[in-house]
Amino acid sequence: MSIKDKAAVVGVGSTPYYKRGQSYPESEFSMACTAILAALDDAGLTIKDLDGFSIYSNSCDPASVAAELGVPEVRWATTLTSGGGGCAGALGVAAAAIDAGMASTIVTLMTLQQLNKRLGGSAVGGMLAYATASEGSSPYGGSGIPPSAAFTANNGLLSPGHSFSLLAMRHMHLYDTKREYFAEICITQRENAIKRPTSLRKDPLTLDDYFNARMISDPLCLFDYTMESDGAVAVITVSADRVKDLRQPPAYIMASAHGGSGRWGPALFRYFQIPEEEFPSSGHRPVAKRLFEMAGVRPADVDVALLYDHFSPMVLMQLEDYGFCPIGEGGRFIEDGNIRFGTGTIPVNTHGGNLSEAYIIGMTHVREAVEQIRGTAVNQVEGAEIALVTGGPASLPVSGTLLRK
Amino acid sequence: MTSTYADPRTQPFWDAAKEERLAAPRCTNCGTFRLPPSPYCFVCQHREVEWIELPGTGKIVSYTVIRHPLHPELAAACPYVSGVVDLDGTQGAGARMLVNIIDCDPDKVRIGDAVEIVWEHVNDDMTTPRFRPVRS
Repeated sequence: MSIKDKAAVVGVGSTPYYKRGQSYPESEFSMACTAILAALDDAGLTIKDLDGFSIYSNSCDPASVAAELGVPEVRWATTLTSGGGGCAGALGVAAAAIDAGMASTIVTLMTLQQLNKRLGGSAVGGMLAYATASEGSSPYGGSGIPPSAAFTANNGLLSPGHSFSLLAMRHMHLYDTKREYFAEICITQRENAIKRPTSLRKDPLTLDDYFNARMISDPLCLFDYTMESDGAVAVITVSADRVKDLRQPPAYIMASAHGGSGRWGPALFRYFQIPEEEFPSSGHRPVAKRLFEMAGVRPADVDVALLYDHFSPMVLMQLEDYGFCPIGEGGRFIEDGNIRFGTGTIPVNTHGGNLSEAYIIGMTHVREAVEQIRGTAVNQVEGAEIALVTGGPASLPVSGTLLRK
Repeated sequence: MTSTYADPRTQPFWDAAKEERLAAPRCTNCGTFRLPPSPYCFVCQHREVEWIELPGTGKIVSYTVIRHPLHPELAAACPYVSGVVDLDGTQGAGARMLVNIIDCDPDKVRIGDAVEIVWEHVNDDMTTPRFRPVRS
């Protein structure tokens, strides 16, 4: 028994994507509403049909959205814990809820405005917030600074990028991974983004540009870091039994999994106690195993991969962890042109990803996976029937979902 | 941070730090070290610990050179090195320290390098650990 093929994504909606702060005077709340209404309309549904929220990272407050838009009755409201790692997995939660008869029409969304907050954690505040959240005992706050925070407060690791640099550096050390491979990821995704009207970065990116860019935290330079953006993306999931009556071709949820090894835990956020064998990885291996088992397919059956790319080396490590190449061989696999659109064996981030299209914490990847399955993507992979979309690496859960035609 | 925000579970670390000694809690049941100190052993779920003095040396598991300041006030500090250290005398993962590595040439630091602890006296409440390369 599983959720395989029990539900499908039938609607996609979004706001425009904006550079950080440029979405004002819209708000995260107003953009969430805009994306939800657009996704329902895309599916041929209305707000009267919506009865569930399966979100991640507490992306919105379902109570406020339901009241604002006049949802007749909320029957399901859950969030996957932690951060962006849950984006793909939230679709699986929606499918499970629908399969269990708990709700019928469920939205998954992210809305983001980096006007007064910056997810990169400007100086100490950002990472201290992660530390506080990871040990805070009450969602109502008041727990203050945990005693564990003093153990890492003065170590100079101030942002997620600093932390991800440590994983990348270890991978380079163990497997002779080179910056040229990270550059190939960035350049490939930029080439994909250039062709898309929605992309925020459309200037060509050369190898020289990459190596001349400002180094932020070795081995990651400016182009290895995601951009900071605003916007909202929402998708609608319904039972597979209902897809015939709707406007768009369905993207069936073939399989979905979230989680990871327990000792991966909060992983990169002031933790780093991951056992050696999983340290230089994306943390996705247990999820990938369950995902392919549930779907009954192999990595070679996947036609396009939308891999969470807040930092370029994490694309490389996910290619290994999802079995597109052996562990440690991600760099050579990329160097051989395998991830390119049009010519590669597994086109990756055909929308440009977080690095070059926009960063809406994973939902742009979900949107692209659906468009690839519909056959309407700007950089359409010919004959695409199965798409992989992932969330994370991050604090658990990380997640993956396979969509199919 | 200029306060340890210690509770009874972490206070022994900071008390030892004031005397420039590295002490870590070890599970009395299975011998697994854990840092930062935490309520339960992740191997055997035992709670009781004994505090063991460690040599204060270790090896770099990974590191990064932070070259671009996240805040203008940090500009003078850049470039600086931060990394993960496996502590000698422990099992490694589960008791690693995430530390600032000082007194080094950022371009010469390598994974696997031997490092030793140096204590920075912040104030009467807090003496904080940093590491530096072991001079051979």
